[in-house]
Amino acid sequence: MSTQLSTPVNRQTVSALSQSKGEPAWLEELRIKGAELAETLEWPTPEKVRISRWNLAAIGNHTSQTRISSVSELPSSASELAAGAQAGLVVQRNSTSVHSQLSAELAAKGVIFTDLETAAREHGDLVQKYLFQVVPQDENKLTALQSAIWNGGVFLYVPKNVEIELPLQALFYSDDAGAVFAPRVLLVAENHSRVTYVDNVVSEHGEGAESLAKQSIVEVIVKPGAHVRYATVHHMSANVIDLTVRRAVVENDGIIEWVIGDLHDGHTMSDTQSLLKGKGANSDAKVISIGTNSQQMSLTTGAVHFGRNTESSMVTRAVMKDQATAIINGITKIEKGATKSNGVQAEKVLMLSPKARGDANPILLIDEDDVKAGHAASVGQVNPEQVYYLMSRGISKKDAERLIIHGFLAPVVSEIPIDAVKEQLQRLLERKLEG
Amino acid sequence: MATQFKIDGLKAAIEGKDILKGINLEIKGGEVHAIMGPNGTGKSTLASALMGHPKYEVTDGEVILDGENLLEMGVDERARAGLFLGMQYPSEISGVTNSDFLRSAINARREEGKEISLIKFIRQMEGKMKELEMNPEFAHRYLNEGFSGGEKKRNEILQMMMLDPKIVVLDEIDSGLDIDALKIVANGVNAMRSEDRGFLIITHYQRLLNYIKPDFVHVMMQGRIVKSGGPELAERLENEGYDWVKDELGIVDETVGQV
Ligand SMILES: Nc1ncnc2c1ncn2[C@@H]1O[C@H](COP(=O)(O)OP(=O)(O)OP(=O)(O)O)[C@@H](O)[C@H]1O
Ligand SMILES: [Mg+2]
Repeated sequence: MSTQLSTPVNRQTVSALSQSKGEPAWLEELRIKGAELAETLEWPTPEKVRISRWNLAAIGNHTSQTRISSVSELPSSASELAAGAQAGLVVQRNSTSVHSQLSAELAAKGVIFTDLETAAREHGDLVQKYLFQVVPQDENKLTALQSAIWNGGVFLYVPKNVEIELPLQALFYSDDAGAVFAPRVLLVAENHSRVTYVDNVVSEHGEGAESLAKQSIVEVIVKPGAHVRYATVHHMSANVIDLTVRRAVVENDGIIEWVIGDLHDGHTMSDTQSLLKGKGANSDAKVISIGTNSQQMSLTTGAVHFGRNTESSMVTRAVMKDQATAIINGITKIEKGATKSNGVQAEKVLMLSPKARGDANPILLIDEDDVKAGHAASVGQVNPEQVYYLMSRGISKKDAERLIIHGFLAPVVSEIPIDAVKEQLQRLLERKLEG
Repeated sequence: MATQFKIDGLKAAIEGKDILKGINLEIKGGEVHAIMGPNGTGKSTLASALMGHPKYEVTDGEVILDGENLLEMGVDERARAGLFLGMQYPSEISGVTNSDFLRSAINARREEGKEISLIKFIRQMEGKMKELEMNPEFAHRYLNEGFSGGEKKRNEILQMMMLDPKIVVLDEIDSGLDIDALKIVANGVNAMRSEDRGFLIITHYQRLLNYIKPDFVHVMMQGRIVKSGGPELAERLENEGYDWVKDELGIVDETVGQV
């Protein structure tokens, strides 16, 4: 199937793009390779959601934005989300990275935190070593295309033994629905390092904005003994299609924690996986989502166990309103040789409307005998007995339901590592639930 | 004015089955009434119908609390009007902490902008929990989730104490309580006895009534109050069972709603 993209993506256009950014030759070659692969590969085919019917061709045009010296120059809705970042902050607006800042203390320790374009120019060896290694270009049309057109993004490098207390933050902000919005994040945590990274993906397009297919890919490399916490909140407007692939490779005794708020208003494909390569590697994923109006969502979490004694836990909680649809997949795969591993998952969907749809699909693929694995999945409504109980204490029906819904989401919300993000998430939940 | 609570000719059905066949009962502020009766005779149905459980359909009668007809109100309005029901089987609600829940319940009784301050609330809650010898950690536990039977009952009493109701209905508050907990719960209830509060205590056991002295004891069978008396009635029931009541009244099957 060929898709007529809103902006042509081919050898000439991506070569020109790369040169306009002053990128090294190796990167230009990789972009060209991505463009060529994209011509033949197919879009991904997640379970029961035909994303190829979405307006995936609306990728926008490459635009540029002037840099800012302080987040206060952003519209207030965006600057609020970046306020209070002490350790470091990277801001992307539409197709361009406009701001990056890192505390002198962390810079002195060798931490690199900047947009990926700058990193490719200034730390080419490091970026070249890891880029496209976790999410290969040739997996499907999305991974190929994104590798050709990506912009801005983040590169975070944490040297060996460096432990970063405060979270590093990024803001991906789109206020031009006609601009390519394709951030790419590459995070490398060297041996025994420790870091928390949080990003916000937001848009402000106004009424009647054209469609925009936003593609983002996240690659995380967790070296032996390192511990990475990755928290992300997506909440763009309904005209935006959110295609996001996040993947971590975890080496011996490394830990990856994902906290994902898929609170986007438009169609969403969100795919988060941990590849537990090393022995003793550990992954914990928590996802919350709220579906409203006629949005369609495919939410996948996955853990692939290769190493011995590896552990994974995945929890997804989704609340579905209106005519929204969510297909929620949890995939635990335990490879031969991953003895003494343990993978657990739970997907729960709360339906608030008879027209909404929520499917929870736990999938266990186990090729090793000496392991533990567990799953739980449920789809249900707000329990009328619980509403009655709360009302019998004087709480109104509306407040009773709100308490129950927030309670349903609490196991994920309470895990958000940063209070400001937690509060922001609460506000978003409130908005999506009330709206 | 002391609280006046009057149930007049209350009939209720569930899933088309008539369960309550006309209940008449008057409770004044300061009084404690006990309802006893064999299993399946409609005691919990009475409690649920008073509270307004959506499954129970009131088919006749009136329930007046201080001049207001409770039956015209929603469940939450009845609670705010001063009715409290300590349930036989309290719900568990995951993700909602006991303290968030209780604070919402208190604030539901207050005007917007006049919510209880967090400090004041915490002080009150901690004080009441101490009286009930509850571990302070229960404030942060999810509502009734994983609570033992006795802990749930104690938590019902905590809510009663925090919400300061006018009419308290306790449905088998003593079931699942060990003897120490029974005393603690009874002390909690006794501390709440006052001229402007009336109690309706549903129980199977005289034991509870040793600690909470009732003014009146009623026996329920076949969805009606079939006999009323003073505390001595409870003692006789404890010693002799219900057969003599049935004989006296010519009742063969005391249950209601069974086919
Ligand atoms: N939700 C319900 N659905 C169907 N039948 C019900 C329901 N609730 C009560 N009943 C029936 O109504 C009758 C009275 O039940 P109720 O719970 O009021 O008895 P009770 O006197 O409280 O008994 P116990 O002493 O065992 O608590 C019983 O036959 C019971 O099965
Ligand atoms: Mg009962």
